[in-house]
Formats: sequence, structure tokens, C-alpha cells
Amino acid sequence: MAIETTSIKRETLEKLFSNWLSEGKRILAPKKLGDHVDFALVGSLAEVSLDQVQTVQSPKIAVFPRVEELLAFQSTDGNVQLRERDLAVLPETVIFGLRPCDAAAFASLKAIFDWDTPDKLFSARLEKITVVGLSCSRADEYCFCTSVGGGPGAAAGSDILLTDMGREDFLLEIISEKGRQAVRSVSAGLQPDAAMDKESRLARVTPAFTVEKISSVLAALFDDASFWEKQSLRCLGCGACAYVCPTCACFDIQDEGGASGKRLRCWDSCGFGLFTLHTSGHNPRPLQSQRWRQRLMHKFSYMPERQSVLGCVGCGRCSRACPVDMNMVEHMRAVAEAKP
Amino acid sequence: MEDLRNKARELLAAKAVQVVVGYGRGTGASRRAVFIQSAAEAGELLFDNACRQNLAVYLMKPEVRKLGKMALVAIPATLRTILQLASENQIQDLELLALVPDASGAVTQLATFAAIEAHVVLQDNDLSAAEKGELQKYEIMGMEQRRQFWEEHFSRCLKCYACRAACPLCYCSRCTVECNQPQWIPVPAHDLGNLEWNIMRAMHLAGRCINCGDCSRACPVGIPLHLLNQKLISEVYTHFNSRSGMAAKADHAMSTFKPNDAEDFIR
Repeated sequence: MAIETTSIKRETLEKLFSNWLSEGKRILAPKKLGDHVDFALVGSLAEVSLDQVQTVQSPKIAVFPRVEELLAFQSTDGNVQLRERDLAVLPETVIFGLRPCDAAAFASLKAIFDWDTPDKLFSARLEKITVVGLSCSRADEYCFCTSVGGGPGAAAGSDILLTDMGREDFLLEIISEKGRQAVRSVSAGLQPDAAMDKESRLARVTPAFTVEKISSVLAALFDDASFWEKQSLRCLGCGACAYVCPTCACFDIQDEGGASGKRLRCWDSCGFGLFTLHTSGHNPRPLQSQRWRQRLMHKFSYMPERQSVLGCVGCGRCSRACPVDMNMVEHMRAVAEAKP
Repeated sequence: MEDLRNKARELLAAKAVQVVVGYGRGTGASRRAVFIQSAAEAGELLFDNACRQNLAVYLMKPEVRKLGKMALVAIPATLRTILQLASENQIQDLELLALVPDASGAVTQLATFAAIEAHVVLQDNDLSAAEKGELQKYEIMGMEQRRQFWEEHFSRCLKCYACRAACPLCYCSRCTVECNQPQWIPVPAHDLGNLEWNIMRAMHLAGRCINCGDCSRACPVGIPLHLLNQKLISEVYTHFNSRSGMAAKADHAMSTFKPNDAEDFIR
């Protein structure tokens, strides 16, 4: 559908919040928690934090929680009974106030979870989210959405995109049918777009590299061990970057309980040495430099090749969360400038 | 700053060390670890109040060790870490140099564990007044309150293990969480997994943690892990009159067995 542009007053937005809640939807939105801002369930617009550049964690938690039950099992006298998840009880969720980069990330996640055999649990969750994005009026030195095909006011991935125009006014773009349904209860309160200048409200994010250049260099750079060693010398091999990443989708499966228990899906990270350790003791990626290379190759080479989508949306969370200041923009620039 | 750079140039040119691990410019106003391998790169070295990472963590990283003999730009916690690692037989005397910049920018070079010990005793190695204040606020909580405090904080834990990675004393090549025969600690980042992981890590650091605070700084979700460690530092000091990271040869409060131990249960 064509994007429909209107505007909405903050008070109407507040009304929309209570409508969503009374319709039985949960609202997941950035909320101030102590000294950081993160996604949490909220009960009103007043609880939502709108002015941070980014949250610590990404909204992938709505479709790919850090731990979730895949199935339950019960073994009695050698007979194993499985109980699958009841997908019908998964909650309808409005993700409100996420940034355009985060909205774009759902396409990367979907590409992975739908690859080959579609993941029923993920798909059911994805179907039940409504994505209400909020354009960025500020960016920081970690942001690089414009280098990976996004932008501070980009609509891709959102069902509705809001842009704060100041003075309690928001530009509201209805991008999908789901979005249209989500605002139907306040459609009378939507004002026609009074020539609002969205562009003037957006953060400036200067492109730092091009995806074309990166893809042309990366494949040839694979065997340049000294390049990757130099790039990753200070990396300590934790999973902070992967866990705050809106597109990282690797997981581990753990069974808990004895004869009766649960099978759980838990986040995992290619940064860990254990990630590729074989039962034999052999590890095809024994060095942190190889694990760092894997992280970049997967996002910028393997995913575009296999799934026709980048594994990075330029949110910059990995760099902000990194305990040793591995700054993704710098690393990608170094890749772009490398002479393999 | 120039003293530090000159010192690095001199050491590298004379091949006294192969790498100087120090601080350089990071994103924005931050500082990050740099690995200076030639005199020509020494100009990248910086030293100011923003230099907070305990660079001794790189002493245990195989890729960094491989570079050769190391000079380490050291803040007080780094020196304590070196001694603690020495006392745990992880590093050998004369394997590294410590370069200690002072407030005026002058650099003291410490080449032996004995020299580091002599320097460390002159530092204030106690918890700071602010740290003691924060700990007191924690200690006045009752047991139930403390349980709630940690349950709330640990509920955010992602099990990204940034605390472990940033900790220079978490050097086990195979961590307890990676042992699954039996599975001591649940892998999932659920309430039980998070509680057991964080408590286990704190207990494994009891009597060993040198209070650099890098675990808390590394935590992406802001869990005050330093409080657990500082509580244990304070307990170990009270009960054993022992402080970690003070000597290259030391009996450790929590891992030394003596046949004449005062406690019955251990015999």
C-alpha cells in the first residue's frame, strides 16, 4: 500500500495507548530504568522515554526472547510425550517508539528464521507484533544506518512511523495494513498532514562506507589473518555485541529437567570460544580473530549472499555495549580501505 | 604523556619489549587499549583520567601474549592484578614490564615483581571512601532485601559474559559454565541460571578480586557486580586480614589449606 501521511496530537496518541491496552495488546516501549533506557512493558505514553538515541537492548526480545520454551517433555516407562507450545496464547504486542534501524532489523531476523524450514514460534510472534517506529532526531558517533541502506526517518519495517514535530505534534505515516488497523480507533483524531517538514526534524547521519565496497573486499579479505588479528586484538570475546544486536539470531538449545522437563532456546554468540567447539575437542575457530571475522562476514557477506539481506542495520548498539570499544563503523571503514 | 611515549619508543627500539599495551584514543572522549609494536606508533599512547580499563586482562589473552614480551601501562589496579596473577602462577617474574605514569606525567618503570610489590604497598589499596559508603548502604539491608536487590538486578542479566571477559582474574580456559558433565550452572539466562552464574563468579573471585571494577563497567545492563566483589573483599579482610594483589607469593584466603586450620570442618 502507498504510505498515508497524517498527523496526530500527543493527547490522541495517549488515547491510542489506552485503546491498545483495552484491546488486550501489550505495549513494549523504551523506558527509563535506573540510569539506562531499555524496552519494557508500559501502561501509558507518559512512561515511554522518547529522547534517547538508542536503548541498550534491541526489540528483538519481542520475537526472539533471550530464553524461551520450545516444548515440554515427559518420559514415562520409555514413552516420551511432547507438548508443543500453544501459539495462540502468545500476546499481541505493539512495539512502540523503536528506531527505524530496529524496525528494519525484523527483515533480517525473518530471513534467518524463515530460511529452509520456517520457525513456527518465531513466525507466530512476528505475526503478533505491530511496529510503531519513531524517527531519530538525534544520532551519536556510533550510528551508521545510512551506510547500510537505512536512515533516521526510513519507513521500512514499521507498520506506522511517527516523527516528533515538536509542540505535542507527531507526523504519522501509515505504512502497512496492520498499521492502518492499529490506528483505526482514533482515525477521527488524525489530522491531514499540514505540510509538515519531516526532513527538518531528522538527525544527520553521514554515510561512512558503502555496502558495495564492503562486499567486494570481504571475500578476498577472508584469508588475511594478520588483518583480522590486528582488528580484533583488543576484543575479549564476550557476547555483549551479539546480545544487544537487533539481528543476531544464533541460539543454543538446552534441555532442563530429567524425565520431565523443557527444551529451551537460549541466545548464543559466535564471539564465544565454545560456540564452534566440537565434541572431539577440535575447534575450527580457535582464535578470537577468527571469531571476529565470522561476525563481520556473516553480517556483511554470508547473509547478503544467501538471504539477500544484510545482517546489520547500523544501530550501533554493539559498539556502545562493547567493554573494549570495538567500534563497528571504524572496523567497517578499515575493511573498506583494506587492500587484500 | 611525552615521557610515556618516549619510554615506549626507547623500549621498543632497544627490543627490550616487543609490545607496549597502553591506552589510546577511543570513540568520542573515551580511551581504549592500543598495542604499540614499533617506536613509530608510540605517539598513539595517551594517559589521563579517562584511562580506566585494567589492561592486565590482556596478559592472559593468547593472541596478545604471542606478540612477545610486554610493557603494560599500569593504573593501581593493574599492578595488583599482576601480583595476583603471579601469586596464582599465571605469569613469571621478568616476563613483563609495568609502566606507571604519575599525575605529572612522569613514568616509573617496574621490571620485577619485587619492584611492583614495593610500589603497591605505597598505594592506597583499600576501598575508596565512596566505595565504602556504597557498601555500607548495601550492608544495612536485611537478608530479604538483599535477596530482592540481587534478584532484581540479575533479572536483567543476559549471560553475555562480558563481566568474565573483562575480568583479568577470570582466566580459566574452561569456565564452570562451560562444563556440562554435570551441568553445574544452567546455561539459559533465566532467574536460576542468572543467580547461580553471578554468585558462582563472585565466589570464585572471593579473596582474589583486586577491585578494578571492570566487571561492572563491562556489564551492558548495568548490574552492580562490583558490590558483590567489594563485599567479599571486605569480608576476607575482616576475617583473614588478607588483601589480594599485594604480593607475588601469597597464601590465598579461600584456597589455602593448612593442617592446623582453626576450623574443624576442613580437617
